[in-house]
Amino acid sequence: MTAMQQKGAEGFLHRYEGLRERLPGVRLPWVAALRDVAAVAFRASGLPTRRIEAWRYTDLRAVGEAGFDEALTSLEDGQDLPAMRGSARAVFLDGRFRADLSDLDGVGYAVGSLATELRKLEGRVGALARPEEQPLAALNTMLFEDGLVVTVPAGVEGGVLDLLSVASPTERPSAFHPRHLVRLEPGSSLTLIETATGPEDGRYLHNPVFEIEVGEGATLNHARLQQEGPRAFQLSTVYARVAAGGTYDNFTLNAGGQLVRNEIHTALVGPGGACHMNGAQLLGPGQHADTTTFLDHAAPDCASRQTYKTVLSSKSRGVFQGKILVRRPAQRTDGYQMNQTLFLSPDAEIDSKPQLEIYADDVKCSHGATVGELDAEQLFYLRARGIPGERARAMLVEAFLTEAVEGVSDPVARGALEAAVTGWWSRQMKDAA
Amino acid sequence: MLKIEGLSAEIDGKPILNGIDLEVPTGELHAVMGPNGSGKSTLSYVLAGREGYEVTGGSATFDGQDLLAMEPEERAAAGLFLAFQYPVELPGVGNANFLRTALNALRRTRGEPELDAMQFLKVARERMRALSMPEDMLKRGVNVGFSGGEKKRNEVLQMALLNPRMAVLDETDSGLDIDALRIVADGVNAMRGPAFSALVITHYQRLLEYIVPDRVHVLVGGRIVKSGGPELAKELEVSGYASVQAAA
Repeated sequence: MTAMQQKGAEGFLHRYEGLRERLPGVRLPWVAALRDVAAVAFRASGLPTRRIEAWRYTDLRAVGEAGFDEALTSLEDGQDLPAMRGSARAVFLDGRFRADLSDLDGVGYAVGSLATELRKLEGRVGALARPEEQPLAALNTMLFEDGLVVTVPAGVEGGVLDLLSVASPTERPSAFHPRHLVRLEPGSSLTLIETATGPEDGRYLHNPVFEIEVGEGATLNHARLQQEGPRAFQLSTVYARVAAGGTYDNFTLNAGGQLVRNEIHTALVGPGGACHMNGAQLLGPGQHADTTTFLDHAAPDCASRQTYKTVLSSKSRGVFQGKILVRRPAQRTDGYQMNQTLFLSPDAEIDSKPQLEIYADDVKCSHGATVGELDAEQLFYLRARGIPGERARAMLVEAFLTEAVEGVSDPVARGALEAAVTGWWSRQMKDAA
Repeated sequence: MLKIEGLSAEIDGKPILNGIDLEVPTGELHAVMGPNGSGKSTLSYVLAGREGYEVTGGSATFDGQDLLAMEPEERAAAGLFLAFQYPVELPGVGNANFLRTALNALRRTRGEPELDAMQFLKVARERMRALSMPEDMLKRGVNVGFSGGEKKRNEVLQMALLNPRMAVLDETDSGLDIDALRIVADGVNAMRGPAFSALVITHYQRLLEYIVPDRVHVLVGGRIVKSGGPELAKELEVSGYASVQAAA
């Protein structure tokens, strides 16, 4: 890093000024316009501070102070990539698509790189993202270079698509801002399993934005396994729009990273749509993870279920903010939100903020939050049966997560998730030993 | 097998056990009878190693090993089993997973190979049939939504699977109707043999009609005040604990 390098929002704006002639789509006026509008918004907002209500519990100063350079991609081909899940995989290295590491042969839908296909994507990029309201979406819009573009045609069962994001080892902090577009046409289905990983000691910012359109009667299973390196920042924003009779299932595991925000905006815009948003946050020493959801019930007869579980060990901090908005036309809405926290350490902290805003009059909506520790009676019962203390604790933690994990219907996604949970636990045990 | 000498224990500074002397030789089944508040459950919990009980004096050895110095799982590995008076519910932990994990943990300590899911199911089904337990109890959460009788049968199933060298049965008869009582008693009797010992803790003599003890000890005020043969249980049924208390 040079002595003159700027940090904070200025650093990102400076980078945008320097890069804009090289960013994809520079010759596409609509792309340039999107980026310029986003830059204006980002210049006005800066990185969000805790003075903003939506960011009251998550402090981005560490991100502002990091001073990011361009990612110097340096992964050897195929090196250390986790095993592929399902039959197709798209690999992104430092936010850039790597055709050579991907395996997309024979899939029954269109899938490719946003950078390559950008000129065909007018009206899709930015269709759902709201950079004027979310500063991180503005940052992403300003600086996105690449991303995944998936379009599943009407009636096609897409199977499992593995989306792997890898940050390469880096000496200087690097940042990347992929923009992923997923469109399911009517009656189609897809399971998207996303894994994000990075090096043990590298500092980087992964700032992805998803724009997801679920067509009439279509079903998207979206499993996100956030296993970034321990010094990483992941600030992700998902926008999903669900048409009549469509289903969007999002499961997010937050197990890695130092500072993580998982923000999801789902709008149910057609009658009979459904959304399940479940998640688990498994945090250890010094980690901070924030799940913030906005569920917009805009149409009648839709159902939403949210179950978020947080397990906090050592000195870690979890945040859950969940808002359900039921608009006037959204009669017979069935909404449920549950947020539960398990403390494994007295030094941990959780902030939980549910919010209901209801304008329709025929609505079933409930929310709840619980906080607790491992039950001494249960632990003794297991140990009295010969199960060693650590295994007994692991069983109770897994049991705590069950309700959220059971919400993941796809068996491949569920298997991946269970393996990630087990991995987290053994890591905690290793650190404690 | 089990030798308790001068055992005293308290909870939150309140003495509950006040110098218990009790010995259960290998192959014998002894009963401990006592009124409410005499320390019956405390005795079973202290033997199994539950937290919150402070041992203030005396000793308990299991096969010559200092039982009180062992972790609960070490006691189980050594072959001690406690059937709980109030079996604990474990929502989210499947009964089959629980039973197999426990069985394999013990098999590991015994140097036996672990059972895979299929091998385990075969063994478990056999045991469950003997206890008239419906097979779907394997799929449910441990004790979750079980009736009182089902919970007690689940305890006996665990005992049968884990095959301990000594079982402490804490009021296993409470909350059981006569049919369930018979099934549970059959389960215990099936375990009996020259290598199996048991301590049956109960308030009522009823259970001892089905599980006939070699010896009966009367626990009052945290001490064994009287010991005798199986006939002692019947005497208590007639004369009540007050008479023993007065005599002691």
